[in-house]
Amino acid sequence: MLALTTGAHPAVRPRLIRGQGGWEDRAAYEAAGGYQPGLAGADLIDAVAASGLRGRGGAAFPVARKLGAVAARAGEKVVLVNGEEGEPASVKDRWLLRARPHLVIDGALRAARAIGAGTVYFYVSDAAAAASLGTALAELPARLADLRVFQVEPGYVAGEETAAVNAINGRPAKPSEKPPRPFEEGIGRLPTLVSNAESVACLPGIAAGLPADTFLLTLGGAISRPGLYEVPFGIPVGEVTEVLGGLAGPPRGYVMGGYFAGLLNARGHGLPLDHDTLKGAGSGLGCGAITVLGPDDCPVGVAALLLAYFGRENAGQCGSCFNGTAAMAGVALALARGEAGPAQVRRLEHWCGFLPGRGACATLDGAVNVAATLLREFPAQVEAHLTAAGPGDACPACAATDFLTTDRPFASDPESITPHVEAAL
Amino acid sequence: MKIKLDRTLCDGFGKCAVHAPTVFSLDEWGYASLERGLSADNDLPPELEQPALRALLDCPVHAIIERP
Repeated sequence: MLALTTGAHPAVRPRLIRGQGGWEDRAAYEAAGGYQPGLAGADLIDAVAASGLRGRGGAAFPVARKLGAVAARAGEKVVLVNGEEGEPASVKDRWLLRARPHLVIDGALRAARAIGAGTVYFYVSDAAAAASLGTALAELPARLADLRVFQVEPGYVAGEETAAVNAINGRPAKPSEKPPRPFEEGIGRLPTLVSNAESVACLPGIAAGLPADTFLLTLGGAISRPGLYEVPFGIPVGEVTEVLGGLAGPPRGYVMGGYFAGLLNARGHGLPLDHDTLKGAGSGLGCGAITVLGPDDCPVGVAALLLAYFGRENAGQCGSCFNGTAAMAGVALALARGEAGPAQVRRLEHWCGFLPGRGACATLDGAVNVAATLLREFPAQVEAHLTAAGPGDACPACAATDFLTTDRPFASDPESITPHVEAAL
Repeated sequence: MKIKLDRTLCDGFGKCAVHAPTVFSLDEWGYASLERGLSADNDLPPELEQPALRALLDCPVHAIIERP
């Protein structure tokens, strides 16, 4: 496994990535300005709104609106800091919780005070993140708030906000149909703020009057320096693959937003890393994970691997999802093996139009994104697989791919992060 | 009247689409969703309330729930 680099874009004064390696204890965090008074209550919510902070878990929902919605509810409230990070290609939340737990705790305490919550759950699946949080919490005075670490089995759907609430409520970590949403009825049926760990980690900076114009980018795949980088919103994808990833020129394509936003062809090189622009271009920034596809990666084979993942990792609850993901995965695999005809590709097109929105959570939409972007971004490669004379004439990259045992394609492993930030940028 | 269809409960009996075909749409495996444009957050058009209520009462797994 390649070591993952951590670093920041040269134009950034890092606030999330820390300039020294190792675990940041309370003393080091306080020496760097942590746990200081700052904007609080309604002033903090106003500052979050002014900062434009949007949720970093993938959906990019405005954080101030969530804070305001829970703050407006009467009675007892709860905060759930979501560090489960179900997207396999993403590593940022696990890194933050492993390396800088006090930054996340500081942000969570500020969120709890701003909305009037007395209880904070840190929801994780990574055992090392749970241990790091436990050690950090033990460094704090008791009675700041009721702060609890909740560890769950990892899974793609386990990080969905209602799945997180369900797990803490003692049920399986699977999504529920909405409404009610957690801000209406969450942990213990109380109004609950569910916020991603990186979103929460932005709050201490905002409380100190700093902007929130950078994000954590997990950059992986066919580049020489895969890693976790703090970068400014709006810089082109090509700038991060070249300056940070060490890649010359545009690659063959990308997998965007973890797996969720699907495939993007070489045109991605010039697109800015910005939620709205990428969405307008039919892609997405999602949780901030980008996988670069190299000359040995066939987009058809990659789509088959990703769709197979959605076919396995969906919650098995909604019929349109467990049937739809399996059906789309089946066509993609047949296509990769040179065994699919035009009729099957037309069915894939039909599902891409019909299935979005037919699940209680967005898992089915993620699978549709993969199928739809394969057809839209790589039509020539789809066509070439269609006209393969048969299994023996299949694409060499697909023929070399182990579709049966590749269970988490392009997964980022937090164990592979080097303990020291590289200054080689 | 607001209704919610809990698709985690739906077992694809399809009775809803028989009673209220403009409220419920079935996929090719028989599983239902609310028709596009309808949502558990908004009131149903008045003319769809009776068929939707028939569907609610007839759903074998009680996947259709009236919202306050």
